[in-house]
Amino acid sequence: MSSSVTKIEHNPNYQELVRRRSSLGWMLSLIMLVVYFGFILLVAYAPKFLGIRIGTGVTTIGIPIGLAVILLAFALTGIYVRRANSSYDVLIRKIVEDSSS
Amino acid sequence: MRKVFWSLVMLVNVPTLALAAGTIESGTKQATNWSAISMFIAFVLLTLVITYWAARRTASAADFYSAGGGITGFQNGLAIAGDYMSAASFLGISGLVYTSGYDGLIYSVGWLVGWPIVTFLIAEQLRNLGKFTFADVTSFRLGQTDIRILAACGSLVTVAFYLIAQMVGAGKLIQLLFGLDYWIAVVLVGGLMMIYVTFGGMKATTWVQITKAALLLSGATFMAGAVLYRYGFSPEALFARAVEVHPKKAAIMEPGSLISNPLSAISLGLALMFGTAGLPHILMRFFTVKDAQAARKSVFYATGFIGYFYVLTFIIGFGAITLVSTDPMFLDSAILEKTKSGIAAIKGGSNMAAIHLADAVGGNVFLGFISAVAFATILAVVSGLALAGASSISHDLYGMVIKGGNANEQDEIRVSKIATLVLGVLAIFLGIVFENQNVAFMVGLAFAIAASCNFPVLVMSIFWRGLTTRGALVGGFLGLISAVVGVVLSPAVWEATLGFAKGSAPVKLDNPALFSMALAFAGIWLFSILDRSRRAEIDRDGFDAQYVRSQTGIGAAAATSH
Repeated sequence: MSSSVTKIEHNPNYQELVRRRSSLGWMLSLIMLVVYFGFILLVAYAPKFLGIRIGTGVTTIGIPIGLAVILLAFALTGIYVRRANSSYDVLIRKIVEDSSS
Repeated sequence: MRKVFWSLVMLVNVPTLALAAGTIESGTKQATNWSAISMFIAFVLLTLVITYWAARRTASAADFYSAGGGITGFQNGLAIAGDYMSAASFLGISGLVYTSGYDGLIYSVGWLVGWPIVTFLIAEQLRNLGKFTFADVTSFRLGQTDIRILAACGSLVTVAFYLIAQMVGAGKLIQLLFGLDYWIAVVLVGGLMMIYVTFGGMKATTWVQITKAALLLSGATFMAGAVLYRYGFSPEALFARAVEVHPKKAAIMEPGSLISNPLSAISLGLALMFGTAGLPHILMRFFTVKDAQAARKSVFYATGFIGYFYVLTFIIGFGAITLVSTDPMFLDSAILEKTKSGIAAIKGGSNMAAIHLADAVGGNVFLGFISAVAFATILAVVSGLALAGASSISHDLYGMVIKGGNANEQDEIRVSKIATLVLGVLAIFLGIVFENQNVAFMVGLAFAIAASCNFPVLVMSIFWRGLTTRGALVGGFLGLISAVVGVVLSPAVWEATLGFAKGSAPVKLDNPALFSMALAFAGIWLFSILDRSRRAEIDRDGFDAQYVRSQTGIGAAAATSH
């Protein structure tokens, strides 16, 4: 293993980057998985639940639930990108500076 | 009865949406549609100008494979969305909503949820580690030759099945839309694709994709807007009218027969979610941007565009229920007489719902526009696939395996262009051979292979220190083979295509992802931990340097242009 790799691995900024990025990434992935497979299980086991009408109209709660999953996918991606832009990039810049000095 | 069975088979299978060659009834060739043809010619001319422009700026291998890394995050987001919004999504999902209502939304959701996973776990790492193909990443610390061959097999098989489905769908669709003969349509698509890719490489392919994505998004926005306008922008009013005229009545507002077997549902969900992260033509797009930050932004834009587009197709499908199925102009009077259902009687099959709706809300000129956009969509998607396949042959097989990484850049580009021509001719040939076959299962198969071979190897190589060359090889091929075998033994192929008795299919799942992904991951894990070879030590030792680069981008391939 080259010494520059070891040096970066010992850099506290790097350790913080890895810790924060992986915990957020895996956590958001888990949320997406749980929500999506929850939706699929509802479809498979409780289609009648999704068919419950909202109020007096014909619109069922399945419609907002489906749309909410789509919105959530977009929102989670947004959360990750926002966090990455605001804090991970700063850390990466510091690591790059440290490693070249 | 036979017809009902077929439509059921189509419904339970994702591939259906691959343009569902089966639901577009051949033989009903439309009268030549001149407004559509002139708009299509205008689009083709525009793309040829783009190709000419791109060709003059394509000199190096980086230009050819990755547009010199000069695409911005926003542009790449549109291009990725374009790759994903195939005619299958547009016509297939709106057609599915037209026949079954809510079920269409289930597919849309499944096709979208893979994107966040790509953002969190793949996009940045891929950009930091790779240069031209995803095999650059999987072979980063593993044995080059073996892993490149595995990746090339995974890529080429995925691309081949996807390509056949698109070509056959294209032929049928164009026959219907423009009144051209099937073979002319297939030759036209194959020929234009070869021109874009060989002359303009990734730069032309990307800009053709961006142009098409913008046209498709604006066309779909107009259509959905026009539908909502008729109902005073009240979705409830639209749904109420749809429930009133649809033969299934209120059942279109809840999950129907689409997913009844829970295991099948989960298996399909896995293929949709993780297949996205293993499609070679999508993964390749992350190398066209300047750095990891742009890669991450591009998935965010892509997720937004794709999600928005799926909401539009849902509205379009419901719009078609209310405006197309009630208008005799769009219905086949003989079928209407027999079934009394406007839904079943739609001219050209359910995949034509969005096309007829364009006529209903915007008249002949808008019909021409949407038809031309649908054709453009196929053209752009096919080009992206061909480029991904050709890159795998020239960069992975020729450059890295045959020449051991010492290929002359110009030679490699030449091989890539020859590979594109071969793929193009092959695609035309297969398109014609498969004309009357049911190819609907092929997109599902492509997603299953991507999820069971490309994705496990990619994600394990990025995150798991213990992965060895042998483990990746065994697991990857296990996933690939079990996915193909699983599809062949599934009801969609065993019963519907090969013609064995109903209920005799050895595998009951319509999509094999549940067991093929499990086999791939188990194989990778087991054969890696048991691997005591000299090579395995090198593989594990290489992890630290790779991980540091994947996180920080230090040493990543830089953009060459702009």
